[in-house]
This record gives sequence, C-alpha cells and structure tokens, in this order.
Amino acid sequence: MNESATLKIWRGLDANDGRWEIHEVPFEAGQSVLDGLRWIRANRDPTLAIRFSCINANACKECMVELDGKTVYACTARLQPREMTLAPLSNKKLLRDLVTEIAPPTERFTD
Amino acid sequence: MNQEPMRAETDVLVIGSGAAGMYAAIEAARSGCQVLLADRSLIGRGGATVMAQMTVAVALGSETADHWSYHYSDTLAAGRGLCNEPLAQLLCEEGPECIRAMDDWGVGWARKDGRITQAMAPGHDRPRCVYVDFLNTGPAVSKTLRTAVNKSGGIRKAGELCIVDLLRNNGAIVGAAALHLGSGAPVILYAKATIVATGGLTRLYRRNSASANMGGDGYALALRAGASLVDMEFVQFFPIGHLAPRLIGMDPIMWDPFRYKLGGRLLNNRMEEFTQRYGVAEDGKYVITRDLGSYAILKEVEAGRGSPHGGVYLSFQHCPENALRESFGPVIDRLAANGIDLTKMPIEVAPIAHYHMGGIVADAQMQTELSGLFAAGEAVGGANGANRLSGNAITEALVFGRRAGRTAADYAKRLRTPPDHADNAHTAIALIATDAPTRNFNTAEMLQTLQKTMQDHVGALRSEAKIIAALDSIGRLINELGDTPPGDGNRFDMQRIDWFDLRNMLLVARVVAEAALARTETRGAQQREDYPRLSPDWACSQTVRLRGACIELSGGPRALAETTS
Repeated sequence: MNESATLKIWRGLDANDGRWEIHEVPFEAGQSVLDGLRWIRANRDPTLAIRFSCINANACKECMVELDGKTVYACTARLQPREMTLAPLSNKKLLRDLVTEIAPPTERFTD
Repeated sequence: MNQEPMRAETDVLVIGSGAAGMYAAIEAARSGCQVLLADRSLIGRGGATVMAQMTVAVALGSETADHWSYHYSDTLAAGRGLCNEPLAQLLCEEGPECIRAMDDWGVGWARKDGRITQAMAPGHDRPRCVYVDFLNTGPAVSKTLRTAVNKSGGIRKAGELCIVDLLRNNGAIVGAAALHLGSGAPVILYAKATIVATGGLTRLYRRNSASANMGGDGYALALRAGASLVDMEFVQFFPIGHLAPRLIGMDPIMWDPFRYKLGGRLLNNRMEEFTQRYGVAEDGKYVITRDLGSYAILKEVEAGRGSPHGGVYLSFQHCPENALRESFGPVIDRLAANGIDLTKMPIEVAPIAHYHMGGIVADAQMQTELSGLFAAGEAVGGANGANRLSGNAITEALVFGRRAGRTAADYAKRLRTPPDHADNAHTAIALIATDAPTRNFNTAEMLQTLQKTMQDHVGALRSEAKIIAALDSIGRLINELGDTPPGDGNRFDMQRIDWFDLRNMLLVARVVAEAALARTETRGAQQREDYPRLSPDWACSQTVRLRGACIELSGGPRALAETTS
C-alpha cells in the first residue's frame, strides 16, 4: 500500500473566520511539505493560496508557515506519513490561506 | 470584485529585482532620477541571481594575466557563431569594473593571499571565475545589491506587483499596468522610462534551476507591446542538475562548484565514463561544455545506459574525505542531513533548464526598438549566441543592469512632461479587475501540463515531430485559458495569478517552439535529432514579432533568400 500524508490546512481570507481543510497527499520519502502543498494545487484545489519562489533552495525565504504550531520553511520541512497541521504565521497579517504579509513595510506598494 | 486602480508616477520604472534590476535602479538613482523598483515577489530575493551557486566570469587577471579580449573570444566561441558582438563585448569589457564595484560594496569574493581567487571553468582559456564560498555567490550578490539599493536615495521599492502589460502612448512605452497581489487591485504605473529586468523563462520547463517567478514575463510584455525578440530557440540546459536522491534545501545546480573544485566523474549505469563517446574525454577534470554535456547525458540514457531515475551518475567517491570537507565544509553537513555521503555513493544528475540565451532585442545601450523601453540582464537576447559560456550570467546582469540604468535615466531626463495617459490603460485595468465567476478549470494543472510538454518536446533534444506535438498541446492550453481570468479577484487569488502567468508562459512557449521548428540544424543549445549537423546557412539569428495573434519569424536563411531574390 502506498503511504500518504494527511495535511490539515487552514483556509480563509479573514483570520477570525476560517476553516480547516483536510487533504491526503501521496508520500514519498525525502519530500518537503511544500511538495505536498504544490501537489494539492495541481491535483485537488488550485485555489489554495501558498507563496514561494525558489521552490527548493531555501533562498527566497517566502514559504514560512506554522507546522504543528512551529514556524518552518515549507521547502525544508520534511513531509511525513502522518497528520500535519499547517496554519498561516500567527504574528503576521493574514492575506489568504497560508499566505501572510511578510514583506517589510518599506517594500509594500501603496499609492 | 471590482476595485479602483491604484496609481503611481516615477521617472524610471524597473521591473524585476534580481542583479540586473537592482543595479539598474542604483545607477538610475545615482543619475538623479526617481526610481520605482517593482517585483512580483520580495525585493531582491526571487529570480535567478539569488540561486547562483558559484562562478562569475570576468577578466580581472588577479592571479593569472588576462584581458577582456580573451574572455570575449571564449564567449564568441561558446556562442557557436551567433553572439551579438557589441553586446558580448560590453559584457566582457565592463565586467571587471562591475566586479570591482561589487567588491567595494563588500560582496566578499573568495581570496587567497589577498588576491581574488579565479577558478577554471569549462570553455574558458584560463582561470577566470570569481565566486563567494560556499555555494554562496548568488545570495551574497543579492544581499550586497539589496544593501546598496537601501543606501541609494530615490529608490521606491514595491514588491508583490505582478506586471500584466506595458503601457503604450503613441508608440512609446510610458510605464506598466500591474496586479497588486497583496490586495487584488489593478495598478497603473506611469514612468518616463521602463526597464524590463525580469530574467529568463526556465519555469516553462518541468525540471528547472531557477525560481518559480521566471516564466518569461518580460519577453511576453515586450512582444505584446510591439518589440522584437531574438534567438528564442536557444534554451540552455545545465547538464548536471541534481536528480536523486531527493534533496531539500539545496539548489539543483549545486554540483557545478563541486566539479570546479574536485573534478568528479560522470558515469553511466555500468559505472563507465562515457563523455569520450561524444568527443570529449574528461579524465577526471571538468571540461565538457553545457551543450555537449546535456547531449551526451541524454544520448546515454536513450541508449539504455542511464541511472534508475533517468539520468547518469556523478561520483566523487575517489576524492578523499578531507578534500571534500576542505572545499565544501558546511555543505557536506547539509548533504549528510539528506542522507548523502559522497565518499560512499554517487548521486544522479540530469539536464535541467537553466538559462535563456534569447530575449528582447536591444542595442549596447540597452535601448529596445521602442522609445521609453529598455532591457537588462537575461531578459536581453543575443549576447551569448547559441550557448552561454559558464559564468557569464551574473556578469551580464551587473553590466547590462548598470548600462540600462544610465541610458534610461538619460532618456527620462530628456522628457519634459511626465506621461499621464496610455492608449491601453483602460483595457489593461479591465482585464486585471475582471469580475468573472470562478471557472471550473485547474490553472495549476495547466501549468504542469505546459512544463511537461516543453521538457519532453522542446527540451534539450528536439525533432520536428516532437515540436509539432508541443505546439498542438500549447494551442489546446491557449484555448482552455480563454480571454478573461478566473477567480474572485481578491488578494492572493492563486487562480488569477496563475492565469496571468499562463497568458505570458503560453505565448513565450509558442515562440520558443516556432523558432526551434524553423531552425533546421543543430547548433549550441538547439539539438535537432532530425537535423544533427550544424548548417553554415544557419549562421544567423532569428527574430520574432507579434502581428495580431500571429508569430512572425524573420532572419532565417529562407527569409534572407526571399528578400534577396
């Protein structure tokens, strides 16, 4: 039997009004949590909001999320064949789903 | 969700904040212009620069005597006869100044006895490549330029802006329209001068070495605005991209520095060296160029002598442990955390899309064919011909960025009145703020389909049948995409963001495929299985323009024959 990981993911546009969604994703040893999230977007739900740029190199520092309550980079946290809870960073303003406002204030566009 | 457009004005708009964009912004600000530095991700952290692992080619002559003309000869030879000579000359001649400027800004080039160290890389006639240890060239270059940007007065930074179209007024470019990811609102940016520094198109391929924001946007923006592109068939595949075992937290091109320092052996599944079969005996040294390396590996796999995951082996098992540790200290520990011990096992590698030789037509001042539009870095086509010499990408980013910043500033200063109107502003705003019901299609899956199509059919080994199959698949995806974006239009609407990315990527994929189909020969990065030889008739570059929805190619031998007959 192929193993799978269960990702319990926080979804929503409003920090006080969200929901938890559960997705089973195929598990292969050595994969990252980001691999699992990208699999969900391509195979289950393209509306899941995540942010990343370098994919695998841990260079862009964009993919920070809370995994079981701890802040991690989704690209270097290992996917595991168990239930893993993913939430947006609790100390940053929520944009959508797992995406928070991580840009420094001097880099944000305002007119 | 309809939103009022946000609006900003500036002298110089720079699109993209890799090395080219940041250097352009610094230089334009130094000339006294107000600059808006826009990026779709965080400023100075996305793109390709931050991913560079090691080499930056430059004729510094710090250890071995050198002159820019030798670097230039090597660049032209690697380009297989197609380099745009003024652009290649600019890269080689001004490289040393930019590398020294970076040194002054504290980038930390590796040194030995006070002299900047220069490594030997394939295709160079002498040791010429500067670097920052360990595998830290890209991050150090990005950080140094971010600091320099922050110290320059007059640069306004704007991350999370996905540029949708360039703004046109009476044939001149007057800024850009964007989707603000953080709010979902449309943005109109009026600028006297606009610099496209968006990098290449590696995201078109399933296996690639750059960031997810390298989807060829700049090429699509320039094409739709009426500019020409050149050499679009030449996509560089990096031969030894990491394939297996699965490795996280590392860039897939990381084995290049290992080969520079330690040689390493490329082996097939019989544990035999094989590059000599394809004309290059390596003998434990790293000498094979990128085009030949990719060809040799793919042919070995095709002959049934590949590794289990469909590549070949790269082995450092003959290297003593202390040599590995001395050359790559902390990286050895990161490999160990991934279960890799190079003294005991080979790893698997395979070609991976790495860099684009083609790009926007620009002169040596970085002026495109359109007034008000400039280009910089990898977005510019032609300097590297049919195959880029290793180490030229960061040099090109710095040199072309600096030049574009100066030229754009001069242009902006000559314009008396700032632009406040564009012929296509309303159309662009309407598209960005489309109020459409969510359509039932999976944009993320479409992206994967496109990447697989390009990898399999317009990759490192091409044929007429493969390219035609790719064009069919691209055509179906274009139909599926339709004319308006899906999604709710609120902040970080992933389907809408994918839609705008696909709009650019599908156009650029079509251009690459059409140009590859027309070029009936093998040269540099264009390897045609049905035309396996270089043809003297094809010692010419093809340019591409958009006429309505049609892609118009010119410059090939047939076009030449037609115009002269």
